[in-house]
Amino acid sequence: MEASDQRRLLREMLFARRFEERCAQAYQEREIGGFLHLYPGQEACAIGVLEKARKGQDYVVTGYRDHIHAIQCGVDPRAVMAELFGKETGTSRGRGGSMHIFDIDRHFMGGYALVGGPFPLAIGFAKAIQLRGGDEIAICFLGDGANNQGTFHETMNMASLWNLPVLFVCENNLYGIGTAIERASSEINQYLRVAPYKIAASQVDGQDLDVVMAAAETAIQYVRGERKPYFLELMTYRLRGHSMSDSGAYRSKEEVERWAQRDPIGIYKRRLIDASVIDEAGFRSMDEEILQDIEDNIIRYARESAEPRVEDLERYVYVEGGPKPWLK
Amino acid sequence: MAEMMYWQAILRAHDEELARDPLVFAMGEDIGVAGGTYKATSGLYAKYGADRVIDTPISENSYTGLGIGAAMLGCRPIVEIMSVNFAWLAMDQLMNNAAKIHYMSGGKIRCPFVLRVPGGTAHQLGAQHSARMEKVFMGVSGLRVVTPATPRDAYGLLKSAVRCDDPVVLIEHESMYNLKGEVPDEEFFTPLEGVEICRTGKDLSIFAYNISVHWALQAADQLAKEGIDAEVIDLRALKPLDRDGIAASVRKTHRAIIVEEDEAPVGVGSEVIAILNEEAFFALDAAPVRVHARDVPIPYNRRLEKAAIPNAEEVVAAARKLLGR
Ligand SMILES: Cc1ncc(C[n+]2csc(CCOP(=O)(O)OP(=O)(O)O)c2C)c(N)n1
Ligand SMILES: [Mg+2]
Repeated sequence: MEASDQRRLLREMLFARRFEERCAQAYQEREIGGFLHLYPGQEACAIGVLEKARKGQDYVVTGYRDHIHAIQCGVDPRAVMAELFGKETGTSRGRGGSMHIFDIDRHFMGGYALVGGPFPLAIGFAKAIQLRGGDEIAICFLGDGANNQGTFHETMNMASLWNLPVLFVCENNLYGIGTAIERASSEINQYLRVAPYKIAASQVDGQDLDVVMAAAETAIQYVRGERKPYFLELMTYRLRGHSMSDSGAYRSKEEVERWAQRDPIGIYKRRLIDASVIDEAGFRSMDEEILQDIEDNIIRYARESAEPRVEDLERYVYVEGGPKPWLK
Repeated sequence: MAEMMYWQAILRAHDEELARDPLVFAMGEDIGVAGGTYKATSGLYAKYGADRVIDTPISENSYTGLGIGAAMLGCRPIVEIMSVNFAWLAMDQLMNNAAKIHYMSGGKIRCPFVLRVPGGTAHQLGAQHSARMEKVFMGVSGLRVVTPATPRDAYGLLKSAVRCDDPVVLIEHESMYNLKGEVPDEEFFTPLEGVEICRTGKDLSIFAYNISVHWALQAADQLAKEGIDAEVIDLRALKPLDRDGIAASVRKTHRAIIVEEDEAPVGVGSEVIAILNEEAFFALDAAPVRVHARDVPIPYNRRLEKAAIPNAEEVVAAARKLLGR
């Protein structure tokens, strides 16, 4: 891989980290409300997988921890932040909020609050692709906890039965809120759970960007070429709470500390430094540029954008000006 | 008499019932080790153990079904679903099984099952976390539906629900867990049927339930300053609804407002007005009025969210209009 690409990827991960940290600050300062689920610790998952996808063409769907997946699909981070600020310039015009980012132009299909809800949608996207005859694929990112919903099993069965071009990415961060995986899942290796459905699957380290990219490349080639589902499990960890209201009492400081040693940004940065692709000073100036950009462009844009008008409360319940063939 | 918070009242009812009957068990996501999203089951895991205070996988339909099955064999499960929005996933088990088993078996199988769910619009949680679903549950034969507005009722209704032999859906509110109120020290049971008159008055009846009781009471205070004497009725049990209690109040006041946090169509207000038509039509001096949410999925933006949900001022305005002031 070109050094410039490596630097770009490092930058994307660092941007993701800083973007989310800035969201946390804005939440504490009450510029963002509602539930806020952040991504630190898991950056290599979305960034590594989507690096190997066709961004803006393949259809991507995920849960409520969705900011970075959206941004990696090419959604304007300013519009994401504006959505978090509840502004009219936000991706959902301020109606959606953090858990409901959408951008149909970038083929980012959401942003859903209900655990397990996106599974069937993902095979719906794959079905549409199949009917339309393109070579895009659908990519569904969800957590380990979601695999205990009925929709998981029902979806895997249909995906396999009907040869649907869908990549399931399970970001296994070992917890569903405060419940540890071994207390919720009779088989903790999630990739083994799709075997009865005859779906190709693998499990790799989700903290190492190069490993994620290699696994994603294989998986995506398979889905795109064979027009069949694939299940990729990425072993990862969230370094922050489940959402902003999380005491963290269910896991030990030592455990968090151990995983912080395997921070995906730290791992990748070290590799690039060792390969002389970047040095500490270069990394620092990259970081400063990012922080500046977030403050000057993204936060400012979100802050200065207008609120939706209360008179527009009832807009978008139904399609405006849609066809009414029953009218002459 | 002790003052306690809504969540503490729920915790106390759990604790007493778990201690009393070994076939009572509690089940839900993050209720055990983590103590519950709103602390309403905190400490119970340590006290009663993992077999009776059960952390479930995220499998709403199936653990609800498990609770129903266990209830059919004499257990008394208290199942918590973290938010009423997620109860949609359990609808098959609730509607097709819990609600119908006793009837379908010709009265031979009982289903003493309790579902606890926080409902309502809290603070900017977005459309998939802000639903009010009372109307869905109360529309189905076979379920009982109750909604505590105070810590006292949060305790007393849960106690009654656990002892009741029918399936009971208990709808709490995300914004009320920290609400404080007096709860008698001795054990008591709040009726799962009948209205509660929170404030007597002669000029109009304001019917409310769950969080809207507080809006109604605030409105009544304001109206009193304007010389309007409002009666506030907490419907409390939404299924079965107390037809006589609703009609009796209106026979006295001749005017009615129904306040619901939900949007109006096919809702509590529609049902109360239908009852008034059937039971007290000639006692009415004016057409009853509904104060309700706007007919939209709840938006994230704070201003839009506020505009979507009713409040005490809207109740006051509706009362003035109803009385021609
Ligand atoms: C149907 C449903 N049930 C429960 C919840 C509450 N909830 C939100 S996130 C979550 C845990 C999900 O865990 P996992 O799938 O592992 O995702 P993670 O947050 O760890 O990425 C739960 C239980 C929900 N949002 N939807
Ligand atoms: Mg998880």
